Amino acid sequence: MCGIVGLFLKNPALRSSLGGHFSTMLASMGERGPDSAGIAVYQAEPRGRASRVTAFHPDAGYSWESVAAELSRRLTVEVGVVVKADHAVLEADHDVSGVTRGLTDLDPDIRIVGYGKSVAVFKDKGSVAEIVARYGVADMAGSHAIGHTRMATESDVTTGHSHPFIADDDVCLVHNGSLSNHNRLRGWLIRQGMQFETDNDTEVAARYVAHRLQQGSGLKEALEAGLRDLDGFFTFAIGTRTGFAVLRDGFACKPAVLAETGDWVAMASEFRSLAELPGVEQADIWEPEPEVVYDWTLGPGA
Amino acid sequence: MRTVDLAATGVRELNRRLRSAADDPSAQSWLVTNPKGAHAIAAGLTRPVRIQIDGHVGYYCAGMNQAAAVTIDGHCGTGVAENIMSGLVRVRGNASQSAGASGHGGLLVIEGNAGPRCGISMKGVDIVVGGKTGHMSGFMAQSGNLVVCGDAGHDLGDSIYEAAIYVGGSPASLGADCVEKDMTRKHRSRLRDLLSRAGIEIDPDRFRRFGSARKLYHFRVDHADAY
Repeated sequence: MCGIVGLFLKNPALRSSLGGHFSTMLASMGERGPDSAGIAVYQAEPRGRASRVTAFHPDAGYSWESVAAELSRRLTVEVGVVVKADHAVLEADHDVSGVTRGLTDLDPDIRIVGYGKSVAVFKDKGSVAEIVARYGVADMAGSHAIGHTRMATESDVTTGHSHPFIADDDVCLVHNGSLSNHNRLRGWLIRQGMQFETDNDTEVAARYVAHRLQQGSGLKEALEAGLRDLDGFFTFAIGTRTGFAVLRDGFACKPAVLAETGDWVAMASEFRSLAELPGVEQADIWEPEPEVVYDWTLGPGA
Repeated sequence: MRTVDLAATGVRELNRRLRSAADDPSAQSWLVTNPKGAHAIAAGLTRPVRIQIDGHVGYYCAGMNQAAAVTIDGHCGTGVAENIMSGLVRVRGNASQSAGASGHGGLLVIEGNAGPRCGISMKGVDIVVGGKTGHMSGFMAQSGNLVVCGDAGHDLGDSIYEAAIYVGGSPASLGADCVEKDMTRKHRSRLRDLLSRAGIEIDPDRFRRFGSARKLYHFRVDHADAY
């Protein structure tokens, strides 16, 4: 089954309350996905720092501060760290690949779950209510977020197999459905130079979108190409540094509801996820049509 | 009229009250507030109570309905009035996929648009959609009438058996074994009656009728090209 949600704030004045609204949306989709949950939240870019990386380590009480100190020494730049449960968000005046490589060189058990300039990613096994509380989602500020509650059907229940999947700087994707040609497509993407972390079908969709974006497509064009190349059932919500998009396959058996006001755009698997949003009574509410890309971009200066 | 606020009362309790109220003459009319997309609201009713739901509902609202008259003043999730046996279910907004799925009788009116697979496997229900329907509506329909006042999506009436489909706009495409048929005086009269019962004012002369070519009841190799 799985539940997916997305919230994109058009009104910058609402950014301090993103996490509050988003955690309510995500928590209401717990019944659709009891195995794991995760979010990608797009926050203000770190001042004077080139990259933001979210990393996960399975050990409780892992010493992220000493990892950050050692990384700072090796990269010869200041490294900031904020620890949330078994995840850490690190910010450094250094390119993303140098930070991610530095972390996994320091400890091969560190797994990178988010990277770029803006996004922070938190995902974990267990119930969504516990996860929302554990990572303090309600207190997070930002411009937009996507999230997922997972009922695993085709690969393992681990943090690594949880959504969102990140596939390039600030490019994240959540998925309700299943892809049938992911093995062949994974092989093709590997030949194009993409690297994979898991055997999960959704990761293939994320890498596919990232690959198209790297080739110069816009988000809308990348997803339209996906309609030709991805075979299976899907409703996707996709976040980029400045964009948000929703796409359903032609059969459209995986549910989706969109709602829009002057202040925000929200997407969820079911309406009950949207029911508490401010002004939802006046929102335009509709089901996204099959094979139509819906996308929004933050305004200039956002 | 009795009012139930779903923000304070769960769906199970609401449905229990609706079922047990059938014998109480003072409890024949109900207003349900704050549905907020909850599933299975007013499902499984068997007596002629009247229910108005003030807002959007989730999946399977008024499912298996017998005799009751349920009005949803909002949009519906998947499977509104699925397996309806009798009575009336009216949706003032839009309905998601599989509206009226497998319905045996009664009338389902969707004043807005219906999503994909509206009337899938319908077995006698009458469905009137004021707007358009999504793809594969009337899929494997066996009996009853599906009226679409606007356009119908792709593969209308795929693998249809014996239901009648009336379309006021135009179908994007017809499914396997679904063909256009003559609109006779008898069919126009039935359509006029359906529109009247649905309370939708539209000229019946705009409509075209579609039904089964009856080539797929049993597999016959000389009909293989019909699949």
